Amino acid sequence: MSAHETFFAVLAALVLLFAGATAYGTWLEARTSDAAKLAWVQHLNLRIRSSWAIVALFTLAFALGGEALTVVFALASFFALREFVALTPTRASDYWALVVAFYVAIPLQYVLVAAGWFGLYAVVIPVYLFLLLPVLMALHQDTERYLDRVAKVQWGLMISVYCVSHAPAIATLEIAGHEGRGALLLLYFLLVLQLSELLAVVFSATFGRTALRFNPSKSVEGVLAGGIAATAVGTALWWMTPFAWWQSLLMAAAIVIAGFLGGLVLASVKRSLGARDLWLEGGVQLARGVLGRLDALAFAAPVFYHLTQFFFVTV
Amino acid sequence: MPIKLLPPLVLLARLLVGAYPRWIGSSPTATQRIYFANHSSHMDTLVLWAALPGSLRANTRPVAARDYWGKGGLRQRLAEEELNVVMIDRAREDRDADPLDPLREALGHGFSLILFPEGTRSAQPLPGPFKSGLYFLAQEFAQVELIPVYLDNLHRSLPKGALLPIPIYSTVRFGAPLPRVAEETKDAFLSRARAAVIALASD
Repeated sequence: MSAHETFFAVLAALVLLFAGATAYGTWLEARTSDAAKLAWVQHLNLRIRSSWAIVALFTLAFALGGEALTVVFALASFFALREFVALTPTRASDYWALVVAFYVAIPLQYVLVAAGWFGLYAVVIPVYLFLLLPVLMALHQDTERYLDRVAKVQWGLMISVYCVSHAPAIATLEIAGHEGRGALLLLYFLLVLQLSELLAVVFSATFGRTALRFNPSKSVEGVLAGGIAATAVGTALWWMTPFAWWQSLLMAAAIVIAGFLGGLVLASVKRSLGARDLWLEGGVQLARGVLGRLDALAFAAPVFYHLTQFFFVTV
Repeated sequence: MPIKLLPPLVLLARLLVGAYPRWIGSSPTATQRIYFANHSSHMDTLVLWAALPGSLRANTRPVAARDYWGKGGLRQRLAEEELNVVMIDRAREDRDADPLDPLREALGHGFSLILFPEGTRSAQPLPGPFKSGLYFLAQEFAQVELIPVYLDNLHRSLPKGALLPIPIYSTVRFGAPLPRVAEETKDAFLSRARAAVIALASD
């Protein structure tokens, strides 16, 4: 199959799948009266609705080309960093560091990703901005909690910009025998990740007993079952990737595990920043916040990117 | 028709600083009101405006200082033609004129007002002492609801003297109407009003 045909096939399957899930979720919500159960169904429907983002993303990539996705992820980084900074108690003397983080780092990183200039986007934030930001903040002679403040801005930048930018970078990997199919690899990645999240929630509710300490809407059993199911789906999708079926199995497992650990780490980060229920303020649609939506992706994208680059990109 | 600047500006304000409304003790209804809020950034007026539902905006006029908004150019055009600002004379060039008169006129026509009773921007998250204008208006227009509003986080976005706002997540919290207390002194009323705004800060 050509890349375009594969695109159409996958998109059609996704639309059918999500339409079925949406219809089922709506039907379930209408006939549930028990309050505790209803809250769960609404949570599930929220997840299903956010799955449509994948369909939207790929219709966009298909219609406008892969560069359009870079813009989408740049916006996602922007909103995630905005949320991170809002949670962090910054001071007036952090002003220039934050201006650089928002108005220089984000555009620069994504322009480099879109241009495929790997040598530079891999180091710009972890090396150059790592050195520049503390300089900008030291110029103010405000040493109150200095290291604390520098570290928080850098952490926000690494997670919400550097890590997230590896997702669109997956589409730019040049793999021999797989030319012009980069966007399909990104679709594969996002699909496995989203399914592991969605199925973990579904299974947690059907036969979960031991609730996860950092995320009460998931259980240990549900996460395991969801992870295994998503890995199985990933394995079955080997034909849209440059991988053999067993390689696809290992890759999907890596995505699922890294994604789970991302959720674990960011839950701890938010708790240590005293996040309270900041995202409940704006209403239901903000219930998880941008960071909450990107936590798994921020960890899984660099892992998947580097595994693929190491084993499949011949330099 | 001239191009409207306001809708893109409201969108930009939402993109940069969020401006999520949260109605804690009141709901967005068409009752005539004075919204009074803490003032810590140049974006306050725009952000509070952006947090109100569109149906209420047409009937709500921000109160703004003539020495800042009346300087001509884009700022004045925006203030007069699109935000429908009520200009107030902070400098009081004309000693005999009461600076509150334009506000009385707007309230008399049935408009709601957005007021920053500190009179100037403060660099702190909590508001400074309130000026007396709010007290006189509350006395003269007894039927107008007084809604305390707390603008969260904006002082971090645009510190005094800075030009480029730092994107941040902010909320606009609307509290319960401030009750009138009979025979209350001016100072007691003003500190009670200020306390109502401060109470929203910790919500």
